[in-house]
Amino acid sequence: MTRWLQDNMPKIVLAPSFIAVMVFVYGFIAWTAWVSLTRSRLMPRYELDSFIQYERLAASPRFETAMVNLAIFGTLFIVIAMVLGLLLAILLDQKIRTEGAIRTIYLYPMALSMIVTGTAWKWILNPELGIEATVQGWGFAGFEFGWLVDPDKAIYTVVLAAIWQSSGFVMALFLAGLRSVDEEIIKAAQVDGIPTWRVYSAIIIPSMAPIFLSAFIVLAHLAIKSFDLVIALTGGGPGYATDLPATYMYAMAFSRGDIGQAASSAMVMMLVVFAIVVPYLYSELRTKDD
Amino acid sequence: MTDMPYAPTRGQSPVTKLVLRFVLYVLLGLFALFYLMPLFVMLTTSLKSLDEIRTGDLVSLPREVTFDAWRTAWASACTGVQCEGVRPYFLNSLLIAIPAVAISTIVGALNGYAVAQWRFKGANIFFALMLFGCFIPFQVVLLPMARMLGIMGVAGTIPGLIFVHVIYGLGFTTLFFRNYYVSIPSELTKAAKVDGAGFFRIFWSIFLPLSLPIIVVTVIWQFTQIWNDFLFGVSFSQAGTQPVTVALNNIVNSTTGVKEYNVDMAAAIIAALPTLLVYVVAGKYFIRGLTAGSVKG
Repeated sequence: MTRWLQDNMPKIVLAPSFIAVMVFVYGFIAWTAWVSLTRSRLMPRYELDSFIQYERLAASPRFETAMVNLAIFGTLFIVIAMVLGLLLAILLDQKIRTEGAIRTIYLYPMALSMIVTGTAWKWILNPELGIEATVQGWGFAGFEFGWLVDPDKAIYTVVLAAIWQSSGFVMALFLAGLRSVDEEIIKAAQVDGIPTWRVYSAIIIPSMAPIFLSAFIVLAHLAIKSFDLVIALTGGGPGYATDLPATYMYAMAFSRGDIGQAASSAMVMMLVVFAIVVPYLYSELRTKDD
Repeated sequence: MTDMPYAPTRGQSPVTKLVLRFVLYVLLGLFALFYLMPLFVMLTTSLKSLDEIRTGDLVSLPREVTFDAWRTAWASACTGVQCEGVRPYFLNSLLIAIPAVAISTIVGALNGYAVAQWRFKGANIFFALMLFGCFIPFQVVLLPMARMLGIMGVAGTIPGLIFVHVIYGLGFTTLFFRNYYVSIPSELTKAAKVDGAGFFRIFWSIFLPLSLPIIVVTVIWQFTQIWNDFLFGVSFSQAGTQPVTVALNNIVNSTTGVKEYNVDMAAAIIAALPTLLVYVVAGKYFIRGLTAGSVKG
């Protein structure tokens, strides 16, 4: 008996976590998937009824806005955060004496809750008392900055706050990448008289391809899951102009009492995440085996 | 990029070098201002009176420093019908975060050790299943979890929130420890087994003493995640058990009375202080956790 216990101890230790993951991750995904194929409203129902919820999603202007916003927000956020992160990393890589302090300043927003970030930017972008009033006070009476309350512009304020929060992290990733490039190659290139910008564009940056991929995955993941930032900054408004799939799902689940729509929009979110993450994980695990 | 020197290059005059250096520092300084500005604005706004906020501007220093907004934010700001400030919610966040961090770290350490050092059949599949769980958008488990917490009788309670954070933190904690332990030679475990040491004995006397750095990374990661959580907090709490992020959002969006921007900012800083403190004190480990979560292997 003790012998058996000894031999199987690793499995016994893992068993609770295994059961938890099977139930609370995979079981729950299955539940949500099932319910997304029913006519559930206020209460979940379990009789399958084809793709009715997905048809309702497709017909919903609010969900369409959410998906368009995700595309705008996701693209701008990922591209700008990567470009800015790379730029900052290269600037910091020039043997700066105060590098530690500057890095700390660039990265601290990552330690903050999105709710704090949203609250701060909501105040800064406040159309009456924020930046607008400040710049007017400097003598530019005609200056207007009402993006936060402009349905066509509000989504860009979310992009701005998200970039402020996450670009320092991208910088840290790239800086680690720059430092891992073989010094000898760079020295050799410099001895040959190759200009610095060419050293970066032809040698250093191409060798960091895996880091670009990692940064992309992390940022894409952050973009799709963005929920708190929108809630704190715009509350999804004006109207539902800054809704993302995550806020749409939450509204359906907890204020509209439409479980079918909540479940199906959650499944759409998961499919988007999987479309990005699965090829990445697959290639990661495969290269590990080689 | 422009011609900024990676290292002092030959062929550039000292003047060019000096100018480039100057431009470099100006750029770095401007970006530093961009990142610091919101924190600066929050801090100065929280120290101003409402009158001064209405007449002054964002970037000016307070003419008269007052801590009234901080007192209100801490003890009497309204989060809807209740007006007790963020204090009780700050406490809730601590009551949620401390046990959830402790449990998920301990279980993650044992999981990571079992997967990395006791290669049994199925260990890799188990790890892949856990890893996958890290990536799901939590919206996909929100509805069934709400029902499950109800069935378990912990809906809207702090133990319920602890449970949720432990479950969905396990993927990352297991990942951290597994990647750390996998780099320790398995001969160590084999030799100890030959000497008759069992699973826990080996963990306790060989692996645990080696684990301090990864424990620090995991604890910081989990604490930041759980303290800053909003989605679970807002979905699975009720009046009285909300974490501080939810309370902050309620204070900022409460529609009763005058908008007190200084109180909003003070409350935001209070909610941010614990994770900021962790970052300032242990930034190195914080960054290591961030990068370990994204760059594996």
